Amino acid sequence: MIAPLRLVARLGRRTLQAVARIGLATRFFFATLLHSGTAFRRFGLIIREIYSAGVLSLIIILVSGLFVGMVLGLQGFETLQTYGSESALGVLVALSLVRELGPVVAALLFASRAGSAITAEIGLMKATEQLAAMEMMAVDPVARVVAPRFWAGVLSMPLLAALFSAMGIFGGYLVGVVLIGVDEGSFWSQMQAQVDFEEDILNGVIKSVVFGVAITAIALFEGYDAPPTAEGVSRATTRTVVTSSLVILALDFVLTAFMFRGVS
Amino acid sequence: MDNLVEIQDVTFGYNERPILKGINLTARRGQVIAIMGSSGCGKTTLLRLIGGQIKPNSGSVHVAGQNVGELDTAGLYELRRKMGMLFQFGALFTDMSVFDNIAFQMREHTRLPEEIIRDLVLMKLHAVGLRGAADLMPSELSGGMARRVALARSIALEPSLVMYDEPFAGLDPISLGVIGNLIRRLTDTLGLTSIVVTHDVQESLKIVDYVYFVSAGVIEAEGTPEEIRRSGLPFVHQFVHGEPDGPVPFHYPARSYAEDLRLGS
Ligand SMILES: Nc1ncnc2c1ncn2[C@@H]1O[C@H](COP(=O)(O)OP(=O)(O)O)[C@@H](O)[C@H]1O
Ligand SMILES: [Mg+2]
Repeated sequence: MIAPLRLVARLGRRTLQAVARIGLATRFFFATLLHSGTAFRRFGLIIREIYSAGVLSLIIILVSGLFVGMVLGLQGFETLQTYGSESALGVLVALSLVRELGPVVAALLFASRAGSAITAEIGLMKATEQLAAMEMMAVDPVARVVAPRFWAGVLSMPLLAALFSAMGIFGGYLVGVVLIGVDEGSFWSQMQAQVDFEEDILNGVIKSVVFGVAITAIALFEGYDAPPTAEGVSRATTRTVVTSSLVILALDFVLTAFMFRGVS
Repeated sequence: MDNLVEIQDVTFGYNERPILKGINLTARRGQVIAIMGSSGCGKTTLLRLIGGQIKPNSGSVHVAGQNVGELDTAGLYELRRKMGMLFQFGALFTDMSVFDNIAFQMREHTRLPEEIIRDLVLMKLHAVGLRGAADLMPSELSGGMARRVALARSIALEPSLVMYDEPFAGLDPISLGVIGNLIRRLTDTLGLTSIVVTHDVQESLKIVDYVYFVSAGVIEAEGTPEEIRRSGLPFVHQFVHGEPDGPVPFHYPARSYAEDLRLGS
C-alpha cells in the first residue's frame, strides 16, 4: 500500500477503535446502574468505599482549598481596591469558589487522587484474576466491586467540593480580614446577601455531582478494561487522570453555559 | 450419572488461531484427574470452558448433566455454586483477610449467622493447617500458604467439582507434597471430583486416578498413572522423564539456522 493510503487506513482504524471503546464504556456504565441493587441493599459496601475514595482525598482537598482561598483573597483585594470596593471581597471569594473553583478544582484533585487509585485497584484485581475468581464463585463483580465504588464516588464528590469551598472561604477570610484588614462585618454580610442558594450553591452542587459521576465512571471503566498486565494497568491509570480532567473541564463549560446564561 | 464432567469434541480458539482441536475428556465422580501438557497448550483454557467463562466453538461441555455452553448467566451462576476453582496464582482478594476470603462465598450466598460462618471458616482453615493464619492479610502469606488458603476458599461451600490450575507451580518440595496430599485427602473425605491442571508429572502421578496429556490442541495420550509410567509413546516418555528435546522440540519453529546466520549465501 502506498504511504498516504496507509495513513488513511490507520486513521480509520483508530477512529473505529475509539468509537467502539465509547460504546463499551457506555454499556459498562448502564450495567453498573443496572446492578446497583446489591450496593444499596448492603449500604456498608458503599460506606467502605466512601472511606477509601472520600476520606483519603480529604487532606489534599482541604489543604488545596485553603491555599486557593488565600490566593483569591490576595488577588481579589488587589483588584477590588482599585475600585474602592474592598467590602465586596467576601462575595467575590465565595462566588468564585461555590460556582466554579470548588466543584472544578475539587474534581480535578479527586480524579488524580481517588480516580487513579480506583483504576489501579480494579486493574490489579483483574490482572491477578480476582475478578475472574469472583465470577467463578457466582458473584457478579460489577455488582459487588464496581457499583459500590461508583456510588461512593458520586456521593463523595459534592461533599468534598463543599469542604473545598468552605476551606477556601476561610482562606479568603484569613488573608482579607485577618491579614489585610478588610472590614469583617461587610466581608460576611455582603457574602450572605449576595450568594443565592439556588442560583449559586445548588448549581455548584449539581456540577460536582455530574463531575463525580464522570470521574468514577471513567476510572472504573479504565480499570475494568485495562490489559491484565503491569504495563496495561499503569497506562490505564494515566488515562484515567488525563481523560477525566479533560471531561471535567469540558462538562464545566457546558454546565456553566446552561446555568448562568441569564445571571447579571 | 457417573460422569460429573463430560467434554465431547470441543474445539476452541481465542481468535482465528485454534487452541483446542477436538478434545474428549471425562471425569468420574470421586476421581482426581490430571490434565498435563506443556505451557501454553491450552490447559487453563480447558478449565475456563468447564467453568463456562468461555464457550466452545463446537462440541459440548457437560457438568452434572448440564450443557455449560448453553446456560444463561443465571443458570451458569447456579451451576458455579457447585464448583470451586483454585486459580494459578491463588487470586485471593487482596483487600480482605484470610478469614474474610474464605467467608466471602458464605456471606454472599447463604444467610448463615456470623457465629456459624466463623466456625465453618475455622474448620476449612484447619483442614489446610492454617487456622492460626486467619487474621493475616494475603500479602503476609508465603507462596505455599497462599495456595493453601486459596484451596480452602475453593472448597468453602462444599462444591462437588474442584478445579486446580497448576497448584504445584513455584512451590518448594515440602509445600508441593502438602498440596498434593491435601488435594487427594479433601477429594476423598468430602466426596469431591477434582481436576488438576499441572505440568508437574512426578507429584501428580502420585495422587491422581487418571491422566490426560494435551499437546497441540488434542489429547495425545491418556491412562492411569501406571499405564502412563509404562507408556512407550515418545511424547509421554519425554514428558515423564523431563527430556529437553523430543517430539516436543526445544526450538521454537524458525528458518534454518544456516539461513538465519546467512551462511553460504
Ligand atoms: N484471553 C486470551 N486471548 C487470546 N489468547 C489467549 C488468551 N488466553 C490464553 N491465550 C492463548 O491461548 C494459549 C493457551 O493458553 P492457556 O490455556 O493459558 O495455556 P496453559 O494454561 O496450558 O499454559 C496460549 O498460546 C495463550 O497465548
Ligand atoms: Mg495456565
